[in-house]
Amino acid sequence: MNKISVIIKREYVTRVRKKSFIIMTILAPILMAAIIILPTVLMMNQEGNYKKIAVIEDNSNLFKGVIKNTKDAEFVYLENVKIADLQKTFESAGYYGILYISPELINVPNAVQMISKQQPPIGLLQYIENSLKKEIERQKLLSYKIQNLDEIMKNIETEVSVQTKKIDETGAITGTSTGIAMALAYLFGFMMYMLVFIFGAQVMRGVIEEKTSRVVEVIISSVKPIQLMMGKIIGIALVGLTQFFIWIFLTVGIATVLKTTLLSDKDVTRITQSVPQNMMSVDKQADLAQQKANVSPELAEFSKMFDNAMNQPWGLIIFCFVFYFITGYLLYASVFAAIGSAVDNETETQQFMLPVTIPIILALMVAIGTMQNPESSLSFWCSMIPLTSPIVMMARIPFGVPYWQIGLSMMLMLVTFLAFVWMAAKVYRTGILMYGKKTSWKEMWKWLRYSG
Amino acid sequence: MALFEAHNVTKKYGDQLALDSVSISVPEQSIYGLLGPNGAGKTTLIRIINQITGPDSGELFLNGKKLMPEDVQLIGYLPEERGLYKKMKVGEQALYFAQLKGLSRNEAMRRLKYWFKKLEITDWWGKKVEELSKGMAQKVQFVTTVLHEPKLLIFDEPFTGFDPLNTNIVKNEILFLRERGATIIFSTHNMESVEELCDNITLINKAKTILEGSVKEIRSKWAANEYDLVFDGQVNIEGNGHYNILNLKNEDGKSNIRLKTTSSITTNDILKTVMQSGNLISFNPAMPSMNEIFIRVVETRN
Repeated sequence: MNKISVIIKREYVTRVRKKSFIIMTILAPILMAAIIILPTVLMMNQEGNYKKIAVIEDNSNLFKGVIKNTKDAEFVYLENVKIADLQKTFESAGYYGILYISPELINVPNAVQMISKQQPPIGLLQYIENSLKKEIERQKLLSYKIQNLDEIMKNIETEVSVQTKKIDETGAITGTSTGIAMALAYLFGFMMYMLVFIFGAQVMRGVIEEKTSRVVEVIISSVKPIQLMMGKIIGIALVGLTQFFIWIFLTVGIATVLKTTLLSDKDVTRITQSVPQNMMSVDKQADLAQQKANVSPELAEFSKMFDNAMNQPWGLIIFCFVFYFITGYLLYASVFAAIGSAVDNETETQQFMLPVTIPIILALMVAIGTMQNPESSLSFWCSMIPLTSPIVMMARIPFGVPYWQIGLSMMLMLVTFLAFVWMAAKVYRTGILMYGKKTSWKEMWKWLRYSG
Repeated sequence: MALFEAHNVTKKYGDQLALDSVSISVPEQSIYGLLGPNGAGKTTLIRIINQITGPDSGELFLNGKKLMPEDVQLIGYLPEERGLYKKMKVGEQALYFAQLKGLSRNEAMRRLKYWFKKLEITDWWGKKVEELSKGMAQKVQFVTTVLHEPKLLIFDEPFTGFDPLNTNIVKNEILFLRERGATIIFSTHNMESVEELCDNITLINKAKTILEGSVKEIRSKWAANEYDLVFDGQVNIEGNGHYNILNLKNEDGKSNIRLKTTSSITTNDILKTVMQSGNLISFNPAMPSMNEIFIRVVETRN
């Protein structure tokens, strides 16, 4: 019977049965679902928060009716009212606030005031600013006495939305979406980061537990240290994958259930558009693609985005993700295992953790930078260096990376990963049997050269 | 025939010499004591036998053949520092260790039932190790060590943590295992148990072997020319050209004397001389305890 599989099984089963595992596995998706749902619920509540705003112009009537009512706010134009009088009574009169527009506004940009008890929402202020700006521009144009000005204005009103297309070596053009690419890059980078950190640290704790309870001596009189180390690393990886799959299914499930119960169908369509793109789950998009026919022009934009998402090289992305996840996790987990073997308790790990943490955090920062500028040389180098490449390369791939770069990065990764596992195994083998000695990097370097 | 042999085993940790050309030869179906002060290198030797670490030089033989990695199945090891997973249940844990030693699950289950019943620990099967007392955990660990019926058993301080009752139970189990064909290497500081159990010993000090042989031979060799005398009442004997007085104690109205002959004087002649000093109650050739031998050998070496 293969001993390593016995070890993997134990590592897996004892962890999956732990109360903390079960609680985290159930609780996290509820929290995640709440994070997804909450903004939409809040948004709805805000929309119900209808505001009536008094507009005072010192009887100049320059801007009367310029700010149109919206579904959230009503603008009431008051004449013959002094601002000083209204200031005291506006709340009891049912107004949210007073907008005071001085006739000077045409020449003085800040001659407009919003008076309210609470800080007004940014959206409302922007709406007011835009409306006033347009009106002032119109009035200034009017002074040039252009004929048919209104018609001309209507004609020149324009919307711009850049459509990105990617062209490959064969000349085939596909529509892409930078939004989707960014969301993907962000998601992958973050997932790698979490997996490496949470489960790498678990490997370390597991090693320390075995060392301090002296179980390790019994076990390595039966199996080789490397078998124990790899068994632990693989077992914990499987725990991590199990948890991740449960999280994904539960999150999607809970989010769907909550949405259907909390919101009416009509709301769903509206809100889906306002949910940030990266939180959009695939089935929601599928839903929308279906509704596209009967619903609306607004959704046309969205279904285009969906098509663009499908244009991503999914085969490559999944292949790379699996590759980088496995090698990246193994690389870091073996370093964590070596650290765990070198110390007597968890508090001593601090001095070793920092040098391991820095590349991961650096990688995450570069990955975020990559989304702004995928072609930068920093991104390139970090996607080659094996300590950062799992995260940075995953962030680059949705933007398109030449195959030779992916190949080179993977090769470097493979070589380094093997070297790291080999070195970690050597340190581990010596470290697990060393007690009571403060270990330094120098000491660990010495262990590398011990024989058998 | 020797079941296990180590030839000139040397091991260094960095600049520190842990074992300096140590050889042992363990006869089949015997109990072999591995003695030595703390830090002498016993644990290193045990780890080398278990192939936890490898020697820098030297050779190891099991059953006349070179020790191979697969041979771990034939060895059972009870380390000094007991190691069990605290959060794991006793039964599961015992099964796990048995499987690591190459037993199938069913076979391991069958044997565990037998041993748990024999040591009266069946009730603990579903308990977590952290709920057990030290002695209880030790019993569990003892079972996991012997379960795969190894040819060679290595016990490092097997009796610490046991009350006298359980010490006796485990002692009997060890003797029983030897009867059934096992060979046992036994490391301890408890010299009484060495006298009681061991057939042969090796004493290691500062990485070197300083004493080895069968317990009986060593004791009689060290006893050579020493005698214990007891007199009624207070007596005073002085040494002469034929013997020296090593020790003289007056207690409870008796005098205990240890003397060592320095010439080829016969016991009859000694008796003739000492009988004049008082009323002699007993006269015995002294058998020094292993404890004394241990202390004397190590102290003269240091």
